[in-house]
Amino acid sequence: MATYKIVHYLNQFFGGIGGEDKADFKPEVREEIIGPGQALAAGLGEDYKIVATVICGDNYFGENLDEATDTIIDMVKKYEPDMFVAGPAFNAGRYGVACGTICKAVEERLGIPVLSGMYEENPGADMFKQDVILVKTGNSAATMRKAVPNFVTLIKKMTTGEEVLGPAAEGYLERGIRVNYFAEKRGSERGLEMLVKKMAGEPFETDLPMPKFDRVSPGPAITDMSKAKIAIVTSGGIVPQGNPDHIESSNATKFGWYTMENMDRLSKDDYMTIHGGYDRQFVLEDPNLVIPLDVLREKEKAGEIGELYPFFATTTGTGTATNSAAKFGDDIGKKLIEEGVDAVILTST
Amino acid sequence: MVKGIEKYGIPVVHMCTVVPISRTIGANRIIPAVGIPYPLGDPTQGEAESYKIRERLVERALKALQLPVDEQTVFEKDNF
Repeated sequence: MATYKIVHYLNQFFGGIGGEDKADFKPEVREEIIGPGQALAAGLGEDYKIVATVICGDNYFGENLDEATDTIIDMVKKYEPDMFVAGPAFNAGRYGVACGTICKAVEERLGIPVLSGMYEENPGADMFKQDVILVKTGNSAATMRKAVPNFVTLIKKMTTGEEVLGPAAEGYLERGIRVNYFAEKRGSERGLEMLVKKMAGEPFETDLPMPKFDRVSPGPAITDMSKAKIAIVTSGGIVPQGNPDHIESSNATKFGWYTMENMDRLSKDDYMTIHGGYDRQFVLEDPNLVIPLDVLREKEKAGEIGELYPFFATTTGTGTATNSAAKFGDDIGKKLIEEGVDAVILTST
Repeated sequence: MVKGIEKYGIPVVHMCTVVPISRTIGANRIIPAVGIPYPLGDPTQGEAESYKIRERLVERALKALQLPVDEQTVFEKDNF
């Protein structure tokens, strides 16, 4: 008889329900061990039992945050588990946000320890690493095997109340929490050692890493929209039929500029989406759902906006590294400044 | 991408489905869109209705671009 009961959370993909076409899957509970749960169960041994697995589609969760959270909490509560584990989400953005959201809610409302895991560039990581311990994983499920020992150690420590050590020792994402300890050398000595290393061009570890203030001030408001030149940018993967520049459907390394000149709307005969992160059936039928050219042309004709910049910039947002996205933004911004664009509408799926 | 563009001083309005992600990355003017497979419109309600929904969201976006903001702002309603 297992001593500790665990409830595990998975998305539709890892839960074996299906891909993007099943991303609307409503939360369901299965009294079995599924997918990544198998690896965790094997590592944890017989003192631990995954008594149930909750599966929820990423889109359903993202679009119904409060409702999905309430439903899942009720499901978890029924099993009176000792711990709740979600994911890991690797580099799946919506899944990462779902894992973080549900872990935080379970901890707050049910008062049990929670644990999830993801890749450090997953948007869910920045959002939740301060609230939830997130085991560091690689960007794909192939890295699961490496992450399992850290999950196992943390689950054991958290259920038994043993002290959880720092992020480097336990393999979780830095939470920005400072813990007091007695150092062997006093501050002045450490400072001088760092200075000497720095002067010698050697690597050193600071006692106090500075937080990254990665914010940009809002651009000024447009004072006369009827004279403004507007540009459209999207991460929704809209490209001309055939994807001439071979923009990747996931983890994009490039973006493209494509014309909208002399068009009243984006026709499905000329444009398509190659985005690998959502069910494409609606957008393939009507690309204006992502690039609202039809509406903007009407606004241009009515004189409500000055003019529409004739090209749109596009890439795929899913799985794309934030560093790549920042670079695309920089290239796009530079070009739009040169072209005298006054404001940008950026759409994301 | 939003920040990469906005750092050149061009105001950017981000029309997106998952608002918490937009907040985290640091968009300043945010319009919550309809759904992940159809952010601007709702084809399940027919083409005419879908267009109307899109028109409203775009009008809201244009209005947001004309409002000075000094911090992240999510425009949930048409009236602001």
